[in-house]
Amino acid sequence: MASVVGTFTVDPRARRAAKRRTRGEGATAWAFVSPSVLIILGLSVVPVLWSLLLSFQSNDLVSPSEWVGLANYQALSKDPNFASAVQHTLIYAALYVPLSVVGGLAIALMLDRQIRFISLYRTLVFVPFVVSAAAQGVLFSFVLDPEFGAANSLLHKLGLPAQGFFSDPGQALYLLVGISLWSGTGFCVIVYLAALQGVPNELVEAARIDGASKAGVLRHVTLPTLTPVTIFLVLFQTINALQVFDLVFVTTKGGPLGSTTVIVYFIWEKAFKTFTAGYSAAAAYALAVALLVIGLTLQLYRRRAAR
Amino acid sequence: MKRLPFSAWHFVLAPLALLFALPLLWLLVSSVMSNAEINRFPPALIPSGINLEGYRFVLGNALFPRWFLNSFIVSAVAVTANLVLGSLGGYAFARMRFAGSKALLGLMLATMVIPFQLTMIPTFLVMKELGLIDTLGALIVPSLVTPFSVFLFRQFFVSLPRELEEAAWLDGCGRLRILVSVVLPLARPALSTVAVLTFLSTWNDLTWPLIAINHDTNYTLQLGLTTFQGQHHTQWAAVMAGNVITVLPVLLGFLLAQKAFIRSLASTGLKG
Repeated sequence: MASVVGTFTVDPRARRAAKRRTRGEGATAWAFVSPSVLIILGLSVVPVLWSLLLSFQSNDLVSPSEWVGLANYQALSKDPNFASAVQHTLIYAALYVPLSVVGGLAIALMLDRQIRFISLYRTLVFVPFVVSAAAQGVLFSFVLDPEFGAANSLLHKLGLPAQGFFSDPGQALYLLVGISLWSGTGFCVIVYLAALQGVPNELVEAARIDGASKAGVLRHVTLPTLTPVTIFLVLFQTINALQVFDLVFVTTKGGPLGSTTVIVYFIWEKAFKTFTAGYSAAAAYALAVALLVIGLTLQLYRRRAAR
Repeated sequence: MKRLPFSAWHFVLAPLALLFALPLLWLLVSSVMSNAEINRFPPALIPSGINLEGYRFVLGNALFPRWFLNSFIVSAVAVTANLVLGSLGGYAFARMRFAGSKALLGLMLATMVIPFQLTMIPTFLVMKELGLIDTLGALIVPSLVTPFSVFLFRQFFVSLPRELEEAAWLDGCGRLRILVSVVLPLARPALSTVAVLTFLSTWNDLTWPLIAINHDTNYTLQLGLTTFQGQHHTQWAAVMAGNVITVLPVLLGFLLAQKAFIRSLASTGLKG
């Protein structure tokens, strides 16, 4: 590097060339970034502001909209369907997030050893993660079909009573959590496995020499090192859980009896089924603000944990 | 420390791994069952043989190959565009100085936290204004480049030593030439990560096609699959065959790029 810098200062031709370049650089740089900037900002900043305007309007996606002020938000706060959508989403997140993170940690700890077939095991645990929610939904609708499904067939063989599964309002939401755990836990496993590589060996050795048991090493050395990763996973999985939609759309369409209507399903239904886009935008803003608050809280917590 | 015998862990890990694999195994198994076997109660858990009735049915269906092609076109364009536009943008942010570059990068990164639900209605209205609703264009335009692609390329380019470019720079190469012939050949991990993640998210997307597409000739595979299920309720073998064909490209892509893919996911997690 030093010699190159030397060339720049010594050789006047090179210096002139460099100057010429820097002058023309701005235009080139803009040519490089402008397609990305236009597309990304055009399809994010503009819609975010537009959504805010929409949330104060009555709009059916076709005719000109009408300003209604805070009416959408007021209606939202009194809408029992929105309240139950919030409730379903919270139940879903309250089960999915801790189970996937803790389960992911447990499985990662088990998979963090050098034995035969270990990479096959890791691959098998992770593979459901790349399967689309639509494909998952179709597959599990088939497995859990009350009449022809393999699940009831298995229960039958075990001498257990047949279940309604997705047609049972008391089961549908929990089944969705189960399917999401099947596909989403692998992500936590992979992230934890990578983080376990970063646990300093000297610390583990030192703790062992000091007479720490296996559980002691895990509790006092491994887990504290993993804290930033755990916070990231909690954040990531919470954001995913609050935005669950595809799986619900494919399997239950919010039913039976609205038992699986989650927030995003509510938003989609209001915008594209009942064509009350302004109302839907208000619900979307409520969700976005909730996500923002959760994100900021966990960021703060992470900063404190990092210190 | 007491060490478990080497093989004891297999008794825990093998059933666990099998549990995760089982639904996909069942997908494969049921796709080669005959309809008679599937519709029997209780259904057979092991097929009597390999029956390709279901595959023949979906591939002979007028729409299914079309959906596959639509998904392929949208994903291929998205992957190519993300590689081109993402690397151009990422390179400019990593190596070139221009007014407002830092603020612009910050703004682009900030858009990553915007939930899709917030932008989907106005995006629908924008696409409607552009006359793209119910065309593949509506699926392609929003996926041309993501802030994640730009950011990932930028991070990778920043970590490359500048010396490599300076020789070409002194030889009078322009920025584009340097990017294409010096930087990109070194950026294979970044290129494959962006390609795999873009492919995964466009191929697997359901929400946006559901909103933007009306006619079944313009459906993607994911969207087609959801309607397929209702239309052919008794033809479960066909539905499962269609599902296998939908999942297969992603599984193959994952198995091929497994290392790069997992490393990138893991490092996203570590950095947050």
